[in-house]
Amino acid sequence: MILRLLLHLLLLFMLAPLLAGIIGKTKATFAGRTGVPFFQLYWDLGKLFKKGVVISRTTSWIFRTGPVIGLAVPLLAALFLPFGPVGAVFSFNGDLIFFVYLFALARFFTATAALDTGSSFEGMGAVREVTFSCLVEPTLFFILIVLVRLSGSLTLSGMFGPTLVASWHSAGASLIIILVCLLVVTLVENCRIPFDDPNTHLELTMIHEVMVLDHSGPDLGLILYGAAMKLLIFGAMLVRLILPFSLGNFWLDLMLFIVGLCGLAGLIGVIESIMARLQLLRIPQLLIGTSLLSFFSVILLLR
Amino acid sequence: MENFANILLLLVILLNFFILGSARLGACIRSVALQGAMLSLVPVLLHHGSPHSLILGGAALLLKGFFMPWLLFRAIRQVQIRREIEPMIGYVPTLLLGTLATAGAFIFSDQLPLIEAHKGSLAIPCGLATLAAGFLMLITRRKALTQALGYLIFENGIYIFGVLLSEALPLMVEAGVLLDLLAAIFVIGIVMNQINREFASLNVQNLSSLRE
Repeated sequence: MILRLLLHLLLLFMLAPLLAGIIGKTKATFAGRTGVPFFQLYWDLGKLFKKGVVISRTTSWIFRTGPVIGLAVPLLAALFLPFGPVGAVFSFNGDLIFFVYLFALARFFTATAALDTGSSFEGMGAVREVTFSCLVEPTLFFILIVLVRLSGSLTLSGMFGPTLVASWHSAGASLIIILVCLLVVTLVENCRIPFDDPNTHLELTMIHEVMVLDHSGPDLGLILYGAAMKLLIFGAMLVRLILPFSLGNFWLDLMLFIVGLCGLAGLIGVIESIMARLQLLRIPQLLIGTSLLSFFSVILLLR
Repeated sequence: MENFANILLLLVILLNFFILGSARLGACIRSVALQGAMLSLVPVLLHHGSPHSLILGGAALLLKGFFMPWLLFRAIRQVQIRREIEPMIGYVPTLLLGTLATAGAFIFSDQLPLIEAHKGSLAIPCGLATLAAGFLMLITRRKALTQALGYLIFENGIYIFGVLLSEALPLMVEAGVLLDLLAAIFVIGIVMNQINREFASLNVQNLSSLRE
C-alpha cells in the first residue's frame, strides 16, 4: 500500500513534466527546429517556485485556492487509477464517478478563480472551458460505461485491470471506438491542439490559457504542474487500454508503461504538428459527434 | 473471414456518421465511394470467393468505388460547388437522428425472426442503419448532389441485404440494380447541370417555386 502510494507519487511528480517536454520536442522536430530540451519544464517549474507572487487587489481567497486545487486534484485522482503494473492505491465501488467529478471540481475552482479577477477576458475563457468540458462529459461517461460493462466492476482499478485482455478478444470493435473517443477526451481535457492551443498568445483563440493569465510565480507553477499531471493521468488510461497485457515481470511492465506514455506524448506532438486548431464553432459539433460515437459503442456492446 | 467482414460493416456505419456530419462535398463523395468499395469486398468475404460473389463484388467495386465518384467529382467541378449550404435540419440534429436510427436498427434486428445463419450477424443492423442514413441524407439536404449521395448510401444499404441473399438472388437481379443506379446517377448529373444553368445554384428548393 505504502509502496504503491510512493510509486504513484514518484511517477506522477517525476514523469509528468517530461511528457510536456516530449510533446514540445516532437513539435519542434516537425517544424525543423531544435526545440527546448526535454527537461525544460522541470527548470521552468523550479524557476517559478523561486519567484514571488503578484496578486491583484480585487481578488479574494478563491483566487489563491484555484491553483492549489488544480494540483491537489490530479494528485488525488491518480491514486484511484492503476499505473501500468502499479495497482490503484485506493478503490471503492463507484469511484469512477468520483474520479470524473474530481476533475470537475478542479475546473470549477479554476473557472471561479478566473472570474474572481473581474476581468471580462478571463470570464470569456472560463465560459469556453466550461462549455467544452460539459460537452465532453457524456463521452467520458459512455467510455466508462463500456469499460464497466466489459469488466463487470464498478472500480477504476477493476475496469483497467487484467480483464481488459479478454475484453479485447470479445469486444474489440467497441474498445477501438472508445479508444478513439478517449483520445479526443484527452486532447480536449488537456487543451491540446485541435481543440485549444496551449501555446497561443492570441487573445481571441485562447480557452484554457486565458484563465490563468493573472497567476504568477509559484501559483503559475502549481497550475503548470497540475496540467502536466492531468495529461499523465489521461495518458495512463489510454496506455492501459492500448497495452493491457502483462509481460510477467513487474519492472518490465513498468518500463512498458513508461515507454507507452512517452509514445503517447509523441503521438500528441504529431497530432499537434499536422493539425490546425479547429474553428471554435466546429468544436461543439465534433464533441457531440464523439459523444454519439461513444454511445454507438455502448449499443454495439449491449446487443 | 466473418470477423473481417464485421469490421468492414462497422466501418460502414462509422462512415455513415461521418457523411451525415460533414459539410464538405469532396469528403462526402470520397467517403461514399470508400463505403461502396468496402461493401464490394463483403460478399467475397462472406461467401469465400465463389465465382458468383467475385463477379458481383468486382462489378460493385468498379462502379461504386471508381466510376460513380469520378462522375460526381466531374459534376462538382462543372458546377463549381464545394460545400453543402446549411441543410434543412442542421448537422448535429441529423447526426443525432442517425445515431438514434442506428440504435433502433440494432434493437429491431435483434427481434427479427432470422434464420440461424444470420443471427447475430452485423449485416442486418448495418444494412438497416445505412438505409436510414441514406433516407436522412435524401430528406435533409438541399442540394441535388448531396441528395444523389443519399441515394447512393441508400443503395449501399440495400446492397448489404443483397449480400445476405446472394446465394438465392440471381446475378441478373443484382446487375439490374447496379445498372439502375448508374442510370439514376447519370440522370441526376444531367438534372444538376440543368438546375445549375437555370438558377445558378444547385438548391432543389428552387424547383418548387416554378411558375408558368
